[in-house]
Amino acid sequence: MLGIVSYGAYVPWFRLSRDTIAKAWGGRSIGGERSIANYDEDSITMAVEASFNCVKEIDHQSVDGLFFASTTSPYQEKQCSSLISAAVDLPSEIITSDFANSLRAGTSALRAAYNAVKSLSAKNVLVTASDCRLGFPQSEQEQSFGDGAAAILLGSSSVIATIEDAYSVSDEITDVWRTDRDNFVHSWEERWVLTQGYAKSMERAISGIMKRQGLKPNDLAKVILYAPEVRSQRDLAGRLGFDLKSQLQDPLLTGVGNTGAAHPLLMLAAALDEAGPGERMLLASYGQGSDAIILQVTEGIKERQPKPRVKDLLAAKRMLPSYEKYLSYRQLIEQAPELFNIDSAATTMWRTHRWALNLHGSKCRRCNLVSFPIQRVCYGCQAKDDFEEVKLSDKAGKVFTFSLDHLAGGPDSPSVQTIVESAEGNARIYCLMTDCEPGEVKIGMPVEMTFRRFREARGFYNYFWKCRMIR
Amino acid sequence: MEGIKDKVAIIGMGCTKFGENWDKGAEDMLIEAAYEAYEDAGIGPNDIEAAWYGTDHTVGYLNPGGSLVANALKLRNIPITRVENACASGHEALRNATFAVACGMYDIALAIGVEKLKDTGFGGLGTGRGEHPVLEIRRTAPGTFALLATRYFYIYGLSPEQGKMILAKIAVKNHHNGSLHPKAHLRREITEDMALAAPIIAWPLGLFDCCGNSDGGAAAIITRADLAKKFRDNPIYIKGIGLSMDQMLPLFRPGFDWLGFEANRVASRQAFDQAGITQPRKDIDLAEVHDCFTITELLIYEDLGFSPKGRAREDVEAGTFTLEGELPINTDGGLKSFGHPIGASALRMTYEVYKQLQGKAELSSRQLKNPKIGLSHTLGGPPQVACVAIFGNSIG
Repeated sequence: MLGIVSYGAYVPWFRLSRDTIAKAWGGRSIGGERSIANYDEDSITMAVEASFNCVKEIDHQSVDGLFFASTTSPYQEKQCSSLISAAVDLPSEIITSDFANSLRAGTSALRAAYNAVKSLSAKNVLVTASDCRLGFPQSEQEQSFGDGAAAILLGSSSVIATIEDAYSVSDEITDVWRTDRDNFVHSWEERWVLTQGYAKSMERAISGIMKRQGLKPNDLAKVILYAPEVRSQRDLAGRLGFDLKSQLQDPLLTGVGNTGAAHPLLMLAAALDEAGPGERMLLASYGQGSDAIILQVTEGIKERQPKPRVKDLLAAKRMLPSYEKYLSYRQLIEQAPELFNIDSAATTMWRTHRWALNLHGSKCRRCNLVSFPIQRVCYGCQAKDDFEEVKLSDKAGKVFTFSLDHLAGGPDSPSVQTIVESAEGNARIYCLMTDCEPGEVKIGMPVEMTFRRFREARGFYNYFWKCRMIR
Repeated sequence: MEGIKDKVAIIGMGCTKFGENWDKGAEDMLIEAAYEAYEDAGIGPNDIEAAWYGTDHTVGYLNPGGSLVANALKLRNIPITRVENACASGHEALRNATFAVACGMYDIALAIGVEKLKDTGFGGLGTGRGEHPVLEIRRTAPGTFALLATRYFYIYGLSPEQGKMILAKIAVKNHHNGSLHPKAHLRREITEDMALAAPIIAWPLGLFDCCGNSDGGAAAIITRADLAKKFRDNPIYIKGIGLSMDQMLPLFRPGFDWLGFEANRVASRQAFDQAGITQPRKDIDLAEVHDCFTITELLIYEDLGFSPKGRAREDVEAGTFTLEGELPINTDGGLKSFGHPIGASALRMTYEVYKQLQGKAELSSRQLKNPKIGLSHTLGGPPQVACVAIFGNSIG
């Protein structure tokens, strides 16, 4: 048996009402709301979140592959899967690879992972897809896009859904694109994109795989069709003979928006949340061609109680108060430079990655005191180099004390400075709190750790951990 | 272990006007502080045999060493050592000079401190310390000390309003004292209502809970106790100096209670032991303490043994630490009124103790009646180092 062992999703905490965007421009709202990555999030951090949710109850040592898919990777050159792997705390003996450039990148990575496991070159491959795309200000994409991530672990034991077959078509078409000099997504005329690009490729891939598998429309319990917008998805499903009401998976466009390369996997996660044993599913993605995959849910799904489910992620949200906040979060409006800024050094980040990226503390073998950052000489008993590393990233904690700092600045001022007492040996972590309403912070409040982007310094991005309220 | 009591005396001190000294560089302030001290001691620059210079980050990051002092004062061919120990840097200059004189190596030494903060372009002391690219991003001094206030209010069951009212009383006291001192930066009296209504800097600390951001310099000339009376009739004797460096940043220290600082407790105990002080509240006549924030002063009352743990509030409400109170604290207005040009602060505090013990406060309205023992205290941060020095106007 080969297929999905586990899955996880991530949708940022903030939503922006499309009416708010429309109002800023005096234009028309397409209705609903879209997810907005916080100012300290990007495709890497969201992929880490989804991956954490995916491998929460999995032995990390068993994962020997990590594929990252995105069209909005923060780096053009430098692998991101290696960074995600460190933050998720996967072993270093691992295949890491980045998939890019197409909204099909998520399903392409899934296919590659499937092939890797099938050919026995890897045992368990984590596929994570994440996107944070920019639509031109005032464009419809600015409203219809959303930010989010998903992660799927493929393997051959404890499978909750087998992958039965995968089928791809490629189509050379410059319908939606971004060159190496663009920040915003370009698109040719929408009617052409949807009818000659999206609909045709999807139809070919889906018909192809159904024919090869000898399936009729009502053999499928769920049809998960990626969609840039609702009407063309429904038209396509109807043409292919699916029942819109009972078979078609919600495209998540009203409450999240189109999360790009992550979207097919995010929809798959939402479908698996509700799936029962024996159900057969079709997943199809689009991006200059289409990938279609047939899955079959196993009895194993009963053992798996995903947390959070996609609907939990949708429910846990805060509305951004203004369009300008969104602009500042994506750095689309110029902001006053920080007068005081600490320098960075690639060597320092590299040398300290065991605590700075993996968020490990040190636990003294003699007196059991847990310290963060890792201490070579124990604070409690002064034992030298006699410690084991303990993981703090997946441990809950409590706010020991806090302040709301208006002097420090930043897009989310006041910055919430906290001392977190970790459930791991009461280790103390001084960090910022993110995704929060400053007025709601209290001593004793339960928090969890979250991997975030800090700032650009010396020309590269610096990542570290913050805490956030447990939603 | 033998202490330092009565081995070394201060025979001259100088202190610049503290404030936004836009038209003065660090060298100008070094000159003003040193020449006032020379004049006070009745000596000239050629009498200085060695100098210790305390500064945190003024002028030049790449090994300026002691050259700024040599350049400004044209002190030639004598040892000049730059010392840095965060906010205790001024105390470090005095402490090291004291030990050098006590051991007989030099007869006359200069301890001098300066900081030019108003060239940074930033109100406040900046963020983080740069020890690591991400560890202390956006950490500010008020943000860090506010962590103490939040915890203190929580543990002692004070509502934010009650807690802020206690802090407001400390701010009002120090602003009042500062209004009487011609060299203070902030010389305006404030009311409790003003303090409570002030904009928040780092919750729960408001504007008037934070010390000013100022430039300044101060200097002391010291000699052996047995030589002191050759220079003046009223030298001030060093009774004890304690310094304690905490082993780990409180920010990450397991079990740290955020209700005070071990470094304060240890440094003050060292100094009290040397000086033979057993009841600090009774034995000490005035104290200049490190009120970088009002909450810090509140915790220092407890750490230094002036108030029982958790009960400083009662003493604040009783006016114990006002100019007229049982133990006047920050009689010159403290960091609150003088600001905190880091390397200069300890020597500025010591300047106030020195003048009060000599009965030479500028205005009679702020001169204490016959004080005999005074104390200066700094707390460096992120709070981890504390220094306490004790002074007296007679031997024994």
